[in-house]
Amino acid sequence: MTTLVIAEHANQQLKPETHKTVLAASQMGGDIHVLVAGEGCKAVAEQAAKLTGVSKVLVADHAAYGHQLAENVAALVTELATDYSHVVASATTTGKNFLPRVAALLDVAQISDIIAVQSADTFVRPIYAGNAIATVQSADTIKVITVRSSAFDAVTEEGQASIESIDIVKDTGLSAFVHEELTVSERPELTAAKVVISGGRGMQNGENFSLLEGIADKLGAAIGASRAAVDAGFVPNDMQVGQTGKIVAPDLYIAVGISGAIQHLAGMKDSKIIVAINKDAEAPIFQVADYGLVADLFTVLPELEAQL
Amino acid sequence: MKILVPVKRVIDYNVKVRVKADQSGVDLANVKMALNPFCEIAVEEAVRLKEAGKATEVVVVSIGPKAVQEQLRTALALGADRAIQIDTEAQLDSLQVAKLLHKLVEQEQPQLVIIGKQAIDSDNNQTGQMLAALANMGQGTFASKVELTDDNKVQVTREIDGGLQTVELSLPAVVSTDLRLNEPRYASLPNIMKAKRKPLDVMAATDFGVALESKVTYLNVAAPAGRTGGVVVESVEELVDKLKNEAKVIQ
Ligand SMILES: Cc1cc2nc3c(=O)[nH]c(=O)nc-3n(C[C@H](O)[C@H](O)[C@H](O)COP(=O)(O)OP(=O)(O)OC[C@H]3O[C@@H](n4cnc5c(N)ncnc54)[C@H](O)[C@@H]3O)c2cc1C
Ligand SMILES: Nc1ncnc2c1ncn2[C@@H]1O[C@H](COP(=O)(O)O)[C@@H](O)[C@H]1O
Repeated sequence: MTTLVIAEHANQQLKPETHKTVLAASQMGGDIHVLVAGEGCKAVAEQAAKLTGVSKVLVADHAAYGHQLAENVAALVTELATDYSHVVASATTTGKNFLPRVAALLDVAQISDIIAVQSADTFVRPIYAGNAIATVQSADTIKVITVRSSAFDAVTEEGQASIESIDIVKDTGLSAFVHEELTVSERPELTAAKVVISGGRGMQNGENFSLLEGIADKLGAAIGASRAAVDAGFVPNDMQVGQTGKIVAPDLYIAVGISGAIQHLAGMKDSKIIVAINKDAEAPIFQVADYGLVADLFTVLPELEAQL
Repeated sequence: MKILVPVKRVIDYNVKVRVKADQSGVDLANVKMALNPFCEIAVEEAVRLKEAGKATEVVVVSIGPKAVQEQLRTALALGADRAIQIDTEAQLDSLQVAKLLHKLVEQEQPQLVIIGKQAIDSDNNQTGQMLAALANMGQGTFASKVELTDDNKVQVTREIDGGLQTVELSLPAVVSTDLRLNEPRYASLPNIMKAKRKPLDVMAATDFGVALESKVTYLNVAAPAGRTGGVVVESVEELVDKLKNEAKVIQ
């Protein structure tokens, strides 16, 4: 029984999601191999080789995989998959993109977004925006799984896996990369940050998000947003926290001017401590907040920054 | 150009979901059902392409029991031309749905499939990708912009974790919708009336030659660990004090 974990990376650096996905894989039993598919991704492979619990790293280094095009990566993973009992990726937009293709090509189900491993064939996952928690058992010969990284700790980097190059090139020609606009930020990634401060429609506009920045600087926090704030164009889409955005579970989550719709709660209600700042005492966010402050955000945010 | 839009009937997104006491699933008796929001966005996008003269026909399909006809009528009222119900009482997983859709794609030969990125009940986010794989098509998932080019291709801007990515796909292709793709219209009363006369074909899922059983069993469906509201603090000072000395999450 061996599990293949597909590394999450952008050719230069392994992303922290992979450390957590490897931990989930270690609970499925058996050996763990990691596939690094990319272009010029040698440094990633070397980092993956250090992940505790991993015995082998496979590297497929080719232009066809440079942008993680789902069609090409899925074709590669499908060819490798038949040697494995489990094929596992992080439930990021990359993993969600290629892994269902792998499952379909293998003619097996995919189990999305697991938050716990009960045994080699039984997994726990939220459904209905986290309003129900399902325990599911798979009778498929190969289990294809995405892992919600906020639900698992990271493995350490104390391993010494072997690195093996594989020269399987799958260039399907079905899709081509055109361009990318990535958000550059000095802040920690939303899904990895210990503190997250998010703004909602109550922020009124994008400029006002600067009120959150000063606080984020002091707390080393990442900045998130509700769907309403993203839809209104205050901030980019990659900041959306929720059922259909990013799932976070930091030590401290501060929701500012966010009402607390179930779709937003789905993305943050597993945070250790939740603080809500909202001028409406009836806002549902207070039902999940450990500390609620009923106040105008424009008054209290500058005060909060000053007192930290 | 024909566009196929698969749509799912799901619990309305405003409804508070309740788990059944015997933990066998979610209680759907007498609960308001609706078109999955991402499917609504998919229908809207297809209809806009038709209105822009880029598509000639919009076909919607839903797989499920007779009740899904209600959502198909909604899609017709939003502007789709015809509807297909693939009739089954079976509890399907995304793989079985994708296989049925694949057979339908072979019959209907659409140039574009626009599908929701995620059903808000299963939260699977799989069907479009699986269909694309089975049909050997390219995929543009989590789309916030879809542009057909003159050389029979489609450029899709995708919402990804790091920002936005644009890919180009040869047609036929599958596009899955994200929230920012468009803002769906409301169906007008005349259009709701008109929708009643639009064609709606019913096909039996058992005629498709697809095994409908899923290999995944739901052992149990439980309510999540509850989270109760804490305290309301009176001032920023009190908040900072609690975070430092009680919760110990800041220094
Ligand atoms: C399919 C689907 C998927 C969705 N996915 C997501 C998702 O992933 N993430 C997400 O967040 N949402 C999601 N939503 C949207 C969700 O239903 C809500 O519409 C959204 O979360 C509301 O955002 P908000 O709380 O910022 O806005 P509102 O609900 O408008 O709340 C704004 C809040 O700000 C407060 N406020 C206003 N001014 C001030 C002030 N000066 N000081 C203090 N407080 C103030 C108000 O009292 C109010 O409570 C989804 C919806 C659907 C249908
Ligand atoms: N039973 C179904 N009938 C038609 N379309 C479906 C069905 N189930 C899922 N889909 C489509 O697949 C999308 C993604 O669903 P899922 O992969 O289950 O999250 C939905 O938004 C629908 O467009």
